[in-house]
Amino acid sequence: MEFIIGHYNYWVVIVLMMVGLYTVISRGNLVKKIIGLNIFQVSVFFLYISLGTVEGGAAPIIAEGVKVYSNPLPHVLILTAIVVGVATTALALALVVRIKETYGTIEEDEIHNLDHSL
Amino acid sequence: MGNHISLLLVVVPLIAAPLVAVLPRGRLPWAVSFAVSVVCAVFAGIQLWSVLQGGVISYELGGWAPPWGIEYRIDAVNAFVALIVAVIAALTLPYALHSAEREIPEEKIPTFYSALLLCLTGLLGITQTGDIFNVFVFLEISSLSSYALISLGKSRQAFTSSYQYLIMGTIGATFYLIGVGLLYSQTGTLNMQDMANILPSVLHLNTVVTGFTFIMVGIALKLALFPLHLWLPNAYTYAPTVVTVFLAATATKVAVYVMLRILFTVFPQTFTIATPADELFILAGMAGVLSASVYAIYQKNIKRLLAYSSVAQIGYMALGIGFATTTGLMATLIHLFNHALMKGALFMAIGAIIYRIDSCRIDQIHGLGRAMPWTFGAIVIGGLSLVGVPGTAGFISKWYLVTAALEQSAWIPVAVILIGSLLAVVYVGKLIEALYFKPLTDNGKVVSEAPLMLLVPTWGLVLANIYFGLDTDLTVGVAEQAAAILAGGLKP
Repeated sequence: MEFIIGHYNYWVVIVLMMVGLYTVISRGNLVKKIIGLNIFQVSVFFLYISLGTVEGGAAPIIAEGVKVYSNPLPHVLILTAIVVGVATTALALALVVRIKETYGTIEEDEIHNLDHSL
Repeated sequence: MGNHISLLLVVVPLIAAPLVAVLPRGRLPWAVSFAVSVVCAVFAGIQLWSVLQGGVISYELGGWAPPWGIEYRIDAVNAFVALIVAVIAALTLPYALHSAEREIPEEKIPTFYSALLLCLTGLLGITQTGDIFNVFVFLEISSLSSYALISLGKSRQAFTSSYQYLIMGTIGATFYLIGVGLLYSQTGTLNMQDMANILPSVLHLNTVVTGFTFIMVGIALKLALFPLHLWLPNAYTYAPTVVTVFLAATATKVAVYVMLRILFTVFPQTFTIATPADELFILAGMAGVLSASVYAIYQKNIKRLLAYSSVAQIGYMALGIGFATTTGLMATLIHLFNHALMKGALFMAIGAIIYRIDSCRIDQIHGLGRAMPWTFGAIVIGGLSLVGVPGTAGFISKWYLVTAALEQSAWIPVAVILIGSLLAVVYVGKLIEALYFKPLTDNGKVVSEAPLMLLVPTWGLVLANIYFGLDTDLTVGVAEQAAAILAGGLKP
């Protein structure tokens, strides 16, 4: 029980990671795939942020009377990863727009049929 | 100046990229990009030279001492890979002028060059940096720009293959990120050298093993290791030819480099050998060589044929990694260089055909060999090099690979390498047969030789294929040093 509650955020990470990956793999809708990809990435952000916490630690700002600080580095790393994630999502959505324009659909199986019925 | 070269190699294309995007249309964006690529190639050459003379270069970004600051740490391994990337870029750009004008809409030309430079920045950045998280950032810079570059292809499949690559690439990069996070949680450092010092004390932890696995799978996706190669054939087929040339010759090579770094520098070799990683590399390598070569034979599109052949070549490199001996690593590094030369030359020659007939279907090129003798010559020599005929660069790679396999008495890989070469004879033969021995399809069009601007870079690479097949001082010499660095404690 202690193991489950004590690692509460890591369980959330695992669940989100699996939900995200499953969505990417199972959905045929290109936008839903991107949503899945986002959930997957967010789970990794959670993982990093959880890693950075130090039990009983304060925010990493020097203040009087504070002895223990959380580790700010994973948070900074994740800021970078978030930016990368946003850029990826933007590019993916732009591609979906172009796919919709040229194929008239964003369903994977219909696109596949369109490409192979020629 | 001296030491700053390591940083300038990344910063120069990075600054030039947005600049090129806002330049007026016409040939100015190309001229600037070309100049940048030449500068990078010169810097990379100087860097390799000074590493070979004076040993490891350590550059502290912004003067922050490692392991806290980001460190660029250059030894023979990454200086060699950086040189490959920069030289291929400098050869691709003159080729890009006409090829891009033909295949990419005029209004997108400046952004095309901008994305190409960003891709170059990312690839060079990966090779330069000694910080494991920094690798992720550069990996994403190069990947995002290559998704954009691939989507510039003419057919609508360019969008879907770019999308497919984006999904697979992002999953790969995110796996890498998870792995880095897990390693950081146990070592508390991101500097590769520092991590290498700390890791031996925490290797028994499951977290570290999990992190290692995540990183391996992530990079394997990026380097299109069989069976994670599914994005590659589509991406190479539908991208504009210049982009295919550039990516085929550089992107997967840089991923191989990251793999080598993590396997042999960051993790102690004893750990790598104790895990099933090396056996898996041999298995995946053999499966890749055989299946991708067979697939290549049945392709009707020349670009797709060569793309499958690339997957097979990555299989050879994986074999070298899997042997985990100095000779094996040498073979991987030599093949890294030689494959860039041969695939670069072949894709460039195919691009010249596409430039003339606007098609890359194998039934459309019948008899063109006689109309385009120089292009045909380039395909023949590039193809022979791919097969591994003595006198070409490909032979040297195969020689070292087979030597490495024989050292270990690994008979099955030896057989696979030889069968792979025979299969290469079949698909290269298929190309040559169509180009030369089939009668010209008479559709009223007279096809002439490709313009000089396409032929000169192509033949530059072709001659390099021959040169490095005869004079192996540079490739083997550097690869020997680099493999020695990687294989520090390995058996010879």
